[in-house]
Amino acid sequence: MSGPSTYEPQTGVERWLDSRLPIARLMWDSFVDFPTPRNLNYWWTFGGILAIFLVIQIITGVVLAMHYTADVSMAFDSVQRIRRDVPFGWLIQSLHANGASFFFLAVYIHMFRGLYYGSYKAPREVLWILGVVIYLLMMATAFMGYVLPWGQMSYWGAMVITNLFGALPVVGEGIREWLWGGFSVGNATLTRFYALHFLLPFVIAGVVILHIWALHVPGNNNPTGLSVKTKKDTLPFHPYYTVKDGFAIVVFLMLFAAFVFYFPDVLGHADNYIEANPLVTPSHIVPEWYFLPFYAILRAITFDIGPISAQLGGVLAMFGAIAVLFILPWLDTSPVRSMRYRPVARWFFLIFLLVCLALGWCGASNPDDPVLGTPLTFVTFAQILTLYYFAYFLVILPVLGFTERPKERPASIEAAVLGNKPATTQPAE
Amino acid sequence: MKTLIRNLAVLAGALIGAAFLTAAPAAAAPGEAHEPEPHDWSWEGIFGTFDRQELQRGFQVYQEVCAACHALEQMSFRNLGEGDGPFTCFPDPNASHEDDGHHAEPLCYDNPNDNPVVRQIASAYIITDGPDDFGDMFERAGVPADRFPSVYANEQQARAANGGAYPPDLSLIVKARSGGAEYVRSLLLGYHEAPEGVTVRPGLYYNEYFPGGLIAMPPQLSEGMVTYADGTEATPEQMAHDVTAFLAWASDPHRVDRNRMGLMVLIYLFIFAVLLWFAYKQVWSRVEH
Amino acid sequence: MTDQHGQEPTRRDFIYIAAGGAAAVGGALTLWPFIDQMNPAADTLALASIRVDTSPVETGQQITVMWRGGPVFIRRRTQAEIEEALAVDISALPDRLARNENLANDAPATDENRRFTEDLLIMKGNCTHLGCVPLGEAGDYDGWYCPCHGSHYDTSGRIRRGPAPENLPVPPLRVADEANPAIVVIG
Repeated sequence: MSGPSTYEPQTGVERWLDSRLPIARLMWDSFVDFPTPRNLNYWWTFGGILAIFLVIQIITGVVLAMHYTADVSMAFDSVQRIRRDVPFGWLIQSLHANGASFFFLAVYIHMFRGLYYGSYKAPREVLWILGVVIYLLMMATAFMGYVLPWGQMSYWGAMVITNLFGALPVVGEGIREWLWGGFSVGNATLTRFYALHFLLPFVIAGVVILHIWALHVPGNNNPTGLSVKTKKDTLPFHPYYTVKDGFAIVVFLMLFAAFVFYFPDVLGHADNYIEANPLVTPSHIVPEWYFLPFYAILRAITFDIGPISAQLGGVLAMFGAIAVLFILPWLDTSPVRSMRYRPVARWFFLIFLLVCLALGWCGASNPDDPVLGTPLTFVTFAQILTLYYFAYFLVILPVLGFTERPKERPASIEAAVLGNKPATTQPAE
Repeated sequence: MKTLIRNLAVLAGALIGAAFLTAAPAAAAPGEAHEPEPHDWSWEGIFGTFDRQELQRGFQVYQEVCAACHALEQMSFRNLGEGDGPFTCFPDPNASHEDDGHHAEPLCYDNPNDNPVVRQIASAYIITDGPDDFGDMFERAGVPADRFPSVYANEQQARAANGGAYPPDLSLIVKARSGGAEYVRSLLLGYHEAPEGVTVRPGLYYNEYFPGGLIAMPPQLSEGMVTYADGTEATPEQMAHDVTAFLAWASDPHRVDRNRMGLMVLIYLFIFAVLLWFAYKQVWSRVEH
Repeated sequence: MTDQHGQEPTRRDFIYIAAGGAAAVGGALTLWPFIDQMNPAADTLALASIRVDTSPVETGQQITVMWRGGPVFIRRRTQAEIEEALAVDISALPDRLARNENLANDAPATDENRRFTEDLLIMKGNCTHLGCVPLGEAGDYDGWYCPCHGSHYDTSGRIRRGPAPENLPVPPLRVADEANPAIVVIG
């Protein structure tokens, strides 16, 4: 789809560089003259927003690393020193901690957009899989980063998550001690998590480059799901989408700033302002909000399945919930990408979205409490939701492809944009 | 525009949902602890500020009542004279009192090391320092750069001295409790007769705001137990309010700076967004979409 | 974009310029916290003063104390050293300024302007060339000698020969209180 390059070096220096390292040509073809479907809506701006947040997290993270001390006796105090004494430390720490939440918020919107508009389908399977890899790396990075302040939630979160690996048969015990570097979460665990937390964002940045590469081979999907056929279907990325993405980024940053400056602790947990204490567990351990749906799935498996214990079953279900995303491109059998033209699937998608939110609610609640005063407990509710979560991918999407009758689709992206009107204006280029 | 508003509404909804989900567990604390009593604080809201008089009184309550058991480990004496701290500015003791003293300009110090009140507070503490030239530790009077000393040598000693209970450090207490300042204030005033059916073991006290209801800290604030330097009447409500204000400042000393900068940032982002919106409309006016 | 309507700026150009300008200003302002965070933190600044008891320092003896992460020399000079320092012609010195933080910037480099008391000399112990610690009672001027690049300082800590550009600086000094004049506060 990229077609022949339209880059024309203007000066002698540009020509000199272009024949040696055509990096300006690469940038031009990727971010200036890249043909982009003309009908992308605001849900497509989240890719740009995510790029900004990766940059924010890396810059603030490197700065925090200049002041942080990864030692169990000093970690908590060093974070307090950052917040109290380091010039603008309170700002940079708040940007980083809240930045993680907004990074996940943006990535979830980005993923649900892909699910709704069928962006995972051929020819974009590799693009989608790379995205899931980035998501997994983000989860690992965020989890290890949350341990670093060495508060009560840091410690007990690390304890619970690393203990998941202990559920694996035979090797579990060994893997757990290997992760800890000891017989419990301790100094060795903290220092290795710090090293990996520093490393992984750069791995993410590398996979993001592959993700963009894989995007630029087939080109963007779009709300109609139709493939680009002619040049009339597209607009150059710059200025049309740079300015649109820029606007969306600034609006999203306003929301971010409101949290950073006015509610810096709302997305965190009060217990993390208590220094880690291996002898006392907080009364109510919850992960950060972005892990809650998976935490609910983990706790939903309360029964043995054949030889698989409930504990192992929970772990498998939780990892399965992410693993299923890898094979999604082959599970969805419908030839139609966008759910705009899939009258049945869009309802199942809407239910799926609500199920994910409800799983988050279950993850935050005490499993034995009743749901809104009904006889249903949260653990039963989470079980029903978990069932739907897996059924959506493993049953509903595969079957719907055969049974659903899609709505009539426009002839082209251009036709979808213009309706029956004749094209009166053309792009400037 | 319509899609924009719709998308933003969905986004805001998702975010509020997320915030609600994280806030939800706070309400579900174990035991039947009461919700903290709502209270108005001077620092709340976008334009809120700390009230220096209130912080000075609060520090007095901390020093005379709480400091016997509770440390302030994240704090140094100098903090008392930095930024919004209680003693950055104080009434001039040499000012003439002929005009009631109210119109006298307060003395302000930028550098807490020079601040006589902070130096005086610090020098009243004995700090262990060293080693000296002979390798021995020695004791000296505190200076503004010193941290507030721990009350107990270690947690074991603290527990032994308090019937097994550990008096928590107070430098982050307002942030470390999900009810925040309102919880701390309510707890200080929440001692009552235990209701029917609740057995209170010796060494414990019934407090309706404490998770589980039974707390090892005895009731502290009684009428007139401190004599405020500024003549304010020391009712338990007043003392609870003041000391909570002091602890709220101690937990979050940059709060006012943060809010002030936040306003500037949001105004800037708003103007930038408006400009980008018009630029966006301008660019896209050339094509059908 | 601009070639379609000649030279005259239009409303349309204005909006692009304004948006670009807003981006530039915002970016520049955002940079400041990330630069300022590397400056000394509040606790580091507060720790910048120490108290030293100078009474155990015998005549002809030097102690070195740590202040702001570096050495400070405290030397009780012999009568010969004092006289040597006083005999120097200021106008012949490579650096004619006292480099004493307790005095005005243009104070001349007399021994009176550098010493703390007649016999007590207190100054920072990093060579003003590239920061090595000079050796005491060494060099051609009986003061200090920096082994790194061969700077010679006299008995008042003034540079006499070698690559160092300035005299060894005197930090802010004061007597802790009148009752104990031997206790000196540095910083």
